Amino acid sequence: MPVPKLNILNETIRNLYFHVTMWFSMIFLMLMSLIQSIRYLSSFDKLRDLKAETLASTGIFIATLGLTTGMIWAQFTWGTFWVNDPKLNGAAVTMLIYLAYFILRNSIENEDSRARVSAIYNILAFVMMIVFIGILPRMTDSLHPGNGGNPGFGNYDLDSNMRMVFYPAVIGWILIGSWIAQLSYRIKVLEINKENK
Amino acid sequence: MKLLITLLFSLFCSTLTIAQNVEMADVMRSNGKIYVVVAVIATIFVGLMIFLIRMDKKVQKLEE
Repeated sequence: MPVPKLNILNETIRNLYFHVTMWFSMIFLMLMSLIQSIRYLSSFDKLRDLKAETLASTGIFIATLGLTTGMIWAQFTWGTFWVNDPKLNGAAVTMLIYLAYFILRNSIENEDSRARVSAIYNILAFVMMIVFIGILPRMTDSLHPGNGGNPGFGNYDLDSNMRMVFYPAVIGWILIGSWIAQLSYRIKVLEINKENK
Repeated sequence: MKLLITLLFSLFCSTLTIAQNVEMADVMRSNGKIYVVVAVIATIFVGLMIFLIRMDKKVQKLEE
């Protein structure tokens, strides 16, 4: 597929299909985790809590990949692995918020209160994620396209060739993320059943 | 002798300026930085592989 020819970016514009899709996949997984947490709070079904935890941990795994690929991309276009870009710092804060979610889970021994507290924290974490990676970077200057007055890649993609690859890639990575989450959820259920025997 | 030193000095200076302007023979910056894309795909692949190996170990534990 031909891509727009741009200075500095050169062929790395193709990273759009890999780096950006990671974050789309992560946001989808975190949204599913949020939904499971809300459903736990309305039903108090322990499996929903387990689902929320697994989806969040898969989301963090995908986010790690997104962060690493982003750092490689930054090194060869912006010059360093890490710049003080609001989007980068926002993504780092988001990951710390979700890591705090797992620490919170492990710190409460009572199963019912653990599930309840972490479900409520998960709702807060999702809102914080949207603020940190969706809203704040758009309000200040950012190196990321589509933020702070920067044109998005959509402005360069005049013949929509990139969209033809990008959107299927987003769907594909969302499906892969959901599949990973489902597999680890099934393993966890098996482990729990084994312990109860 | 003086001429030789001047010549050498000017040669040294010219190589310096050339070195500043020349694009480095850096693999990651050659061929339109396509290897950056390769590195990114490789990172994702390695990440997925590590995840799969860990999952494999978990399943093995369950099978025992």
